[in-house]
Amino acid sequence: MLEINSLTVNFGKFTALDKVTLDVNPGEVLAIIGPNGAGKSTLIRAASGVIPSRSGSICIGGQDMKGLSTSERARYLAVVPQARSLPPAFTVYQTILLGRTPYLGWLGQTKAQDHFLAQQSLERVELGKLAERRVSELSGGEQQRVLLARALAQGAEVLLLDEPTTHLDLHYQALLLNLIRRLVSENNLSVMMALHDLNLAGLYADRVALLVGGKIQASGSAKEVLTEKNLAGVYNMPVHVIPHPEYGTPLILPDGHGMTVSH
Amino acid sequence: MKIGFRNHPFLVNLSLLAAALLLSAAAGPVFIPPGAVSRILADQLPGIALQQDWPQAFETILLRIRLPHTALMALAGAALASSGAAYQGVFRNPLADPYLIGVASGAGLGAVIAMSIRWPAEWRGLYPIPLAAFIGAVLTIALVYSIARVGQTLPTTTLILAGVAVSSFATSLTSFLMFRSTSELRRAIGWMLGSSVLTGWEPFLAALPYAVIGMGALVISGHALNVLQYGEEQAQQLGLSAERAKALILVAASLTTATAVAFTGIIGFVGLIVPHFVRILWGGDYRRLLPLSILGGAWFLLMADLLARTLLAPQVLPVGIVTALAGAPFFLWVLRSAKGQAFW
Repeated sequence: MLEINSLTVNFGKFTALDKVTLDVNPGEVLAIIGPNGAGKSTLIRAASGVIPSRSGSICIGGQDMKGLSTSERARYLAVVPQARSLPPAFTVYQTILLGRTPYLGWLGQTKAQDHFLAQQSLERVELGKLAERRVSELSGGEQQRVLLARALAQGAEVLLLDEPTTHLDLHYQALLLNLIRRLVSENNLSVMMALHDLNLAGLYADRVALLVGGKIQASGSAKEVLTEKNLAGVYNMPVHVIPHPEYGTPLILPDGHGMTVSH
Repeated sequence: MKIGFRNHPFLVNLSLLAAALLLSAAAGPVFIPPGAVSRILADQLPGIALQQDWPQAFETILLRIRLPHTALMALAGAALASSGAAYQGVFRNPLADPYLIGVASGAGLGAVIAMSIRWPAEWRGLYPIPLAAFIGAVLTIALVYSIARVGQTLPTTTLILAGVAVSSFATSLTSFLMFRSTSELRRAIGWMLGSSVLTGWEPFLAALPYAVIGMGALVISGHALNVLQYGEEQAQQLGLSAERAKALILVAASLTTATAVAFTGIIGFVGLIVPHFVRILWGGDYRRLLPLSILGGAWFLLMADLLARTLLAPQVLPVGIVTALAGAPFFLWVLRSAKGQAFW
């Protein structure tokens, strides 16, 4: 399980994260939501150890990430970045195999086990047929799944995703998030993902944390966090929250101040 | 589409290198037929003694003049192409050539300063020169890197502009040293411009250990360079100590460049042209790109040198003129198409 305790990150005098405390249990998806510039990406980056924190701790399964080497940390925690400007020269399989880097030496000599796990990850994201294709020939949704497979190949118990659905259309958004849910339950992963889309957060996350100005303003189930009161204040506009017709999860509708088209 | 040469990159490049070595050894004011070159070489091998059916002059010219020059040129080409590939990988910038980013000029300045302090009296005195060039190269790369960096990114154009500025500065310092030079330093300048002040095997032997260390370190860094293609943050998240890897590769690339510059002067564009064609033909996997650039760079510079020696024979053009004639238009082509190239 992932435990983030009182994590504080400063950029010069600017406090980007202010005593953020969160935990994610195995088999659970936590969505980080919040307005632009709230610190969602900073939280993902700080949790993965690529930017230094001023104070606080990050523990996985009781192991403090502080003091671990870069490769040791990458065995506990894998990150799925946004699929943009990927090096196009590598094939899908080569890209996924690079997920085994934390277990390889400087030369990158791979063993049978590494190929087995890369192949397994490839099939888990249902890209088996595209293994030898160059990443640049793939659609945005497929590229995002390649990065998910690369993270799975790392064999980490914690997965961090930075707005994985941002550049995807409706079909690929649903495809990716369904896939993530299935992987979480099959492999007992702890997943923390920054999400822009509040409705997707409501549909796919077990718990939601609302990050505003670097602070956690609310956290809990989607129903507890995605309320008209919470969101109106944060996004600085009135919103309506209605239950999803099938699942009852909160759906957020913007209020157009009466300026919208009427039928 | 299965084309034979696409499937056998090492065989193709080794064959081309063998052909280039043979041609380079054969061509010159005195033409030595490739058949004679092969037999003289075979005769040198232990345990083989051939009936001598070639003039003694051939043997002297080949072993004392042609082959040392050929070997040095092949080594310089390999060094420039492989360090170019490595710079491109670390900076994730298709235009990072040792000449264009100023490292070559910095190395040249270092070498000239070393030679101006004390011109080597004997061939062992050659060993410190690559080290001085190496210091010049590392200082240059640090300077260019810090100037060109904009926040967390290193835009293609600012890297080249910073390279040009630093390169001009280093070149003018070199010229300044030349103007107030003693006769000994004039020899150094001539050497830097590629004229053969020193002949024989000494320059090659002095360059070899540095080149082996530098290129060896680059060849084993292919996997790290592959991971670095995703950017520093992703590389770290994938478990690579990105800062350390980048520093190590930059030091190795600078040593490699410095070795070439210290003994063959400043030759541009080899590090741009060769890795690009390797990428287009055989893909961007650095574990293959680096060894293939070594082979490709060696035969490419040998062919350029052959042109330089034969175009206006008996006059010998500086080889840098030939590589620049081919390289500058190529540079413009890469600059125009640097965005959205599928093979990069």
